Amino acid sequence: MEATSKFDLPQGTLDLLILRVVALGPIHGYAIAQRIQQISRNALQVQQGSLYPALHRLQYKKFLAAKWAETETGRDAKFYELTARGRAQLKSETESWARLTEIVGLILQDPQGELS
Amino acid sequence: MSWWRRLVGNRQLEQELDKELRFHIDQQSADNLRAGMSEQKARRSTRLAFGGLDQVKEDCRESRGTMWINSIVQDVRFTLRTLGRERTFTAVAVLILALGIGANIVVFSVVNTILLRPLPFHDAQQLAWITGNFGEGGLSDTAYRVDWWEAYKRNNQSMQNVTGFVPYLASGETKLMNYGDPKPVAGVWVLDDFLQTLGVQPALGRLFTHNEGVKGGPPAVLLTYPFWRTQFHSDPKILGQSITLGKDAMTVVGVLPESFDFGAVFAPGTKMDYVIPAIPENMANWGHVLALVGRMKPGVTVAQAQAEANTLFPHLRSSLKLDGDTDYKTSITGLKDEVSGKLRRSLIVLWCAVGLILLIVCVNLSNLLLARAASRSKEFGLRVALGARRGRLISQLLTESLVLSGAGAIAGLAFAYAVTTWLAHQGSVALPLMSSVRVDGASLGWTVALAIAVGVLFGLAPGLKVSAGNLQESLKGSGHGTSAGPKRERLRSLLVISEVALACVLLVGAGLLLRSFLRVLHVDLGFRPEQTSAIKMDYTPDYNDNSKGGAERGVSFQEAIRQVRALPGVEAVGITDNLPMEHGRSWELRAKENPGKPGDNPDVFVYVVTPGYLQAMGIHLRSGRDFTWADAPKSEPVIIINQAAARREWPNQDPIGKLARGVGDGDTRVVGVIDDVRETSAEAQSSPEVYVPVTQGEPGKAEVVIRSTLPSAVLAPAVMRTLRSLHPAQASVELRPIQSLVDHTTSPRRFFAVLVGLFAGLGLVLASLGIYGVISYTVTRQTQEIGIRMALGATREQVQLRVIWNTLSLALIGVAMGTIASFVVARAISSLLFATEPADPLTFAGMILLLVAVALIAGYLPARRASRIDPIVALRCN
Repeated sequence: MEATSKFDLPQGTLDLLILRVVALGPIHGYAIAQRIQQISRNALQVQQGSLYPALHRLQYKKFLAAKWAETETGRDAKFYELTARGRAQLKSETESWARLTEIVGLILQDPQGELS
Repeated sequence: MSWWRRLVGNRQLEQELDKELRFHIDQQSADNLRAGMSEQKARRSTRLAFGGLDQVKEDCRESRGTMWINSIVQDVRFTLRTLGRERTFTAVAVLILALGIGANIVVFSVVNTILLRPLPFHDAQQLAWITGNFGEGGLSDTAYRVDWWEAYKRNNQSMQNVTGFVPYLASGETKLMNYGDPKPVAGVWVLDDFLQTLGVQPALGRLFTHNEGVKGGPPAVLLTYPFWRTQFHSDPKILGQSITLGKDAMTVVGVLPESFDFGAVFAPGTKMDYVIPAIPENMANWGHVLALVGRMKPGVTVAQAQAEANTLFPHLRSSLKLDGDTDYKTSITGLKDEVSGKLRRSLIVLWCAVGLILLIVCVNLSNLLLARAASRSKEFGLRVALGARRGRLISQLLTESLVLSGAGAIAGLAFAYAVTTWLAHQGSVALPLMSSVRVDGASLGWTVALAIAVGVLFGLAPGLKVSAGNLQESLKGSGHGTSAGPKRERLRSLLVISEVALACVLLVGAGLLLRSFLRVLHVDLGFRPEQTSAIKMDYTPDYNDNSKGGAERGVSFQEAIRQVRALPGVEAVGITDNLPMEHGRSWELRAKENPGKPGDNPDVFVYVVTPGYLQAMGIHLRSGRDFTWADAPKSEPVIIINQAAARREWPNQDPIGKLARGVGDGDTRVVGVIDDVRETSAEAQSSPEVYVPVTQGEPGKAEVVIRSTLPSAVLAPAVMRTLRSLHPAQASVELRPIQSLVDHTTSPRRFFAVLVGLFAGLGLVLASLGIYGVISYTVTRQTQEIGIRMALGATREQVQLRVIWNTLSLALIGVAMGTIASFVVARAISSLLFATEPADPLTFAGMILLLVAVALIAGYLPARRASRIDPIVALRCN
């Protein structure tokens, strides 16, 4: 992987990001990749190929539903959308992510733990 | 998406996956172009950003959840490759498995046929066996008189029908005329509705009609399928034709189906050629001639039928004035119980024995696989290092063991097929239904279940062991020189110990059964079967004309004896109507002064014999005299009795010269007492017997008993020539060694003892293989260590002793555990033993010694190898 100032995505967070992006409405894989890049202002380094196993896994777990439809350019693409189960999952995952970052932040700000 | 669709619709899924990924790549490339890249650069950049296409596809497939199927296919392919490389290991493993599984299929097929499957009749659970005297005693005790049968049939409420057959099979022994030399044939007389009641459908023609079963009706005969096939070459034109059996011509009205084997159900070990209708009117005065079978009404249980019989029979006795006869203590059992109930325990023991074999096989293979896994630990270490998960390794190992057990099951099935086919054609084994033993659907199902269970059982231990191994250790360990991981050694030792213990149980069980069998063989039968043979002479009794003079018969029998006696090599000759160990008939016998208490069984087995029979049969005359030809029809009626009869009727007295009643019309005088003769089987105690001279009683048939030093085969032609010169119509029958009659009654015991013995032998071999494997593996692992010891001054003897001590300690622990288990098992099978204590010290000691000796041999080979290790070579390698 090329050396860069971009972030590698922490383990397990890709699913969360995908759920978040798909929550906005039916969307195909390429657009999901673009959207993640855009929103993160190109700060995240996501190997685009790794998106698809994650999508399929989420579909297998019934968090996502998929159907084939035409894009605005008239090509057939596989569109993903959130299921009720996916929506619940997104909610709980978001909450636990928030708590995790909060806790990690607290520990990092603790003055006693500061490096001397 | 259903599981099914993911599996079956694999191609469509692959296409969709491809399309989806292609769409992504095309879009990206298009965007890159639009951003002003050259076409080549746009593609390259897209590929870089996307990653390896095949890798992504593989990851997608895995996330789909059907990966396990692909894994299995992969595992199987991999297994086949590795096993193909290790031919010796594979061959040994499959052979062991084939023997273990094959033996199990054979025994299952036998158990299934005899115990589990219903009898081959329509609604067989409704069929009941109705027997007098609670089924005890000879045929005359258990069979019914015609009037009693009619009365029971008319008056009972439990049965749809009560029918029966004549159990004195000798009455069906006759000869087929007009097809070359008169040919001996065997048949059975049945009531006209017997076959219909069982629900037998003829293969050809029809069954008997009612008017064929009444006096003066058209004579009819049904052929059994094997007889039709061998004698009449399956010619359907035989229907309606007339054949001559003995003196009587009768019309063939049908052929019985192949599935109906009368002998297999009602008289194990006998072969039937034909069936004819018994005419009840003719048999009315013959005494107890009908063995009864009933078909219960739907919903009626055996217990209900029994309860009815308990009240009905005494009632019949008084209301029909049928007294002066045996008080029928009728017992009703399911026909199936009657046929196979006695074998239940033996069969279950047999089943357990093969189960033990299978356990030993599993333990042995576990051991083999463990040894193999040990040498493959580097391979597994590497795979773990490359990211293989634990479950993946276990599934790999399980696949290997399942492939092995599957191959073993297929080979075992072929083995079992051959053995069951062979067993089905062993007509001489007196076990019911043996002729229909075969590998059927149930056996196949059993095989599959066994293969899976066995595969999982012996594959799991090594699987868990390997995958739990420490990665670093397995990569680092050089595999030689250092003592192996103590844990793995301990597991293997445990396996060997349990193997020895299992083998010990099998050996002791088999030893006890074999010893019982030997005891049966050495029972004092009361006659000497060796060097004695019997041949059936042409003779037709006339039961309906008892007045026919015995004088005529005496002259003709005396002449036959004189001529046969004159043959070279013949030492003694006599004629009897019944041979020991055949279905005997019985009469009553009472001391004249003994009024007989009600409930006392007055029955005695009857033998109508000529002078010289006792000598020819080797029966010892204790006191008094043998018959002579001077005992004529008109002279005083005389009898000879055995000790059992003497004890019953004249306790503490000398019976010689005493008068008896019951045999014949008036009183008879006892002139001799003989030793007890085992007349039903070698195992049953002797019953009272009476011998009557042929001149004073009517023999049912005539068996010429010949004592000779010549083998039967040499003697037979001369005897046959002599008999034929006396009676041109003499059928060409076999000169049977008397020993074969004895063997027939001991054949079930022989069958079980031999089988269990074979299994025990197999267990012993497997256990010794296990010991050999472990010890020899240990020696290989410790080559370097042994080298060092020797370099430091250990002698060859010390090295050798150390290895042998290792072996011995394993064997002794196993034997100790096995002995304890054997005591329990021996007690459980004690009812199958004959004159052998369950804790028979000789058997236990012998079997334990045998096991230890074999273990020592198995350990000696590696020990010798260890002592030959050259310290310099051992230290230099590695």
